[in-house]
Amino acid sequence: MTATASATLTNSIDPAAAKARCLKFRRRILDMSQRVSALHIGSAYSCTEIVDLIYFGLMRRKPDGSFLDTFLMSKGHGCMIQYAILEDLGILSRADMDAYCTPGGRLGVHPDHGNPGIVAATGSLGHGLSMVVGMALAEKTSKTGGQIYTVLSDGEVQEGSTWEAVLMASSLGCDNIVAFLDYNNFQSLGKTSDTHPTFYPLVEKFTAFGWESVEAAGHDSKALFEAVTQRKGGKPLMVVARTTKGKGVSYMENVPIWHYRSPNKQEYEQAVKELEAMVRS
Amino acid sequence: MRNTFSEALYQAATRNPKVYIVVADISPAGSMSKFSTEYPERFINVGVAEQSMIGICAGLALKGNRPFAYTIATFSLYRPFEMVRDDLCYQNLPVTVVGMGAGVIYSTLGGTHHTQEDIAIAGALANMQILAPCDPLECTDATAWCAEKSQGPTYLRIGKAGEPVLTKDAAEPFQFGKIRYLRRGTDVCILSYGVIMKKAAELADRLQAEGKSVSLVSVHTMKPLDRQGIAEALKRHKKVVVIEEHVPQGGLAPQTKQIAWDVKASCALHTFTLQDAFIHNYGSHDDLLAAHGIATDRIHAAIA
Repeated sequence: MTATASATLTNSIDPAAAKARCLKFRRRILDMSQRVSALHIGSAYSCTEIVDLIYFGLMRRKPDGSFLDTFLMSKGHGCMIQYAILEDLGILSRADMDAYCTPGGRLGVHPDHGNPGIVAATGSLGHGLSMVVGMALAEKTSKTGGQIYTVLSDGEVQEGSTWEAVLMASSLGCDNIVAFLDYNNFQSLGKTSDTHPTFYPLVEKFTAFGWESVEAAGHDSKALFEAVTQRKGGKPLMVVARTTKGKGVSYMENVPIWHYRSPNKQEYEQAVKELEAMVRS
Repeated sequence: MRNTFSEALYQAATRNPKVYIVVADISPAGSMSKFSTEYPERFINVGVAEQSMIGICAGLALKGNRPFAYTIATFSLYRPFEMVRDDLCYQNLPVTVVGMGAGVIYSTLGGTHHTQEDIAIAGALANMQILAPCDPLECTDATAWCAEKSQGPTYLRIGKAGEPVLTKDAAEPFQFGKIRYLRRGTDVCILSYGVIMKKAAELADRLQAEGKSVSLVSVHTMKPLDRQGIAEALKRHKKVVVIEEHVPQGGLAPQTKQIAWDVKASCALHTFTLQDAFIHNYGSHDDLLAAHGIATDRIHAAIA
């Protein structure tokens, strides 16, 4: 782990700062929703704290400022939060964000390989985790010490290909994978616990497949951070993060239509008020 | 052919630490044991999990490596098709998908193990390149090209075992993207690719014995197809014959006809392909090809 020693270890979290950032990112996404209707706002709000933690609390940087670790957004439809963070980090520009989903722009509803800060094209579910396994193997073979972080949706875990990758990650000893399952219990056609009751339990499934797995409160940055830093290690880690789809805006929370919809002006104003209140709470 | 693939890949892996092979519970014999012994961290067996085979290859390539995915053609291209499309082609990664035993070589295993429409399917994908070497020597060249030169995804369609050497005295060397004259003549030109080239060579032998001047051409690069090379072959010969182990749609036969129209070719053009049918026949490879209408006698009679 010599590469790790020379890297900037950002393995720390300031919950108050995380809260302030997450408000800023949710506001940014909300503002974007007023210009373009094509975005998955509920899906991004569901994993806001998770993706914020990965970028600001977990991924380490090399001395030149580039990331030593890698993040792949397996649930590609949640990428508005990634875009907002990449803009904040200066990796995406204001102009990129302004041109989101417009002719001449390079950012679309799903992350595209080749765009700054985006390591893989996702959007079709069930692809991310296998690519994560390949990247984790490459890091291990070249002894870089690099960790691979990813966020999966709970719906995505219904894909058979995800389970192929779950099996391979542990069988191949990929202890440098840290995955978060954005467990919001909702997918396009309703509540997962209604449509797929045997989908649960989750932690036990990953444990049975040779992963270390824990449940954590998915909007609590400190709890998520501790789930990762207090792991035993030696195995890939799956943090089953209990989240709320559309978190922060009452009329969006757990209402499937907000998987796709953008708020109108009145709804927008209400959302702003509620998000501000969420931070003060 | 799979043994020469194995040896060529082992050599490539020795020269370049970025060469990996990811297999799905099927491994080429021969030198692959040397590969897995000497470079265990670059030999990955996913088991019967072809979707993850392709995804893992994509992940390795995203980190700058040059992986090969290897299993029987139908399982390397069809089963994980969307991974091939999205992970490899959409992201334009230098991953080689090896389709071993392509066509109807697995004649006794039934239609589940046949790959009779792979050129059409792989060829429809943007960024995908297709190589289909005709003998063990050409397979060595094609494998080395994939390991060292390719800048994007390639479908490498290879045979199984026991294919005869046909290119030892070839008139031209292997060159990616160019048709390759194995023999040069003026009367008849036979265009073919892959394992079925042995039928084309038999036909060429027979025509030459009858005093005809025959060109025998390996169209090893099926994508990007050497349209100019084929156009010239159509112009320079009185008769052009296409023989391919592939359904009538999307392969060399229809593309040659399209080129012939585009360049207003005046030669006679005969095409012989597999039928657009699943044929339940459990004899030898030759028996199954004959059931599809591909037999040297029949082709010889048809083009007379």
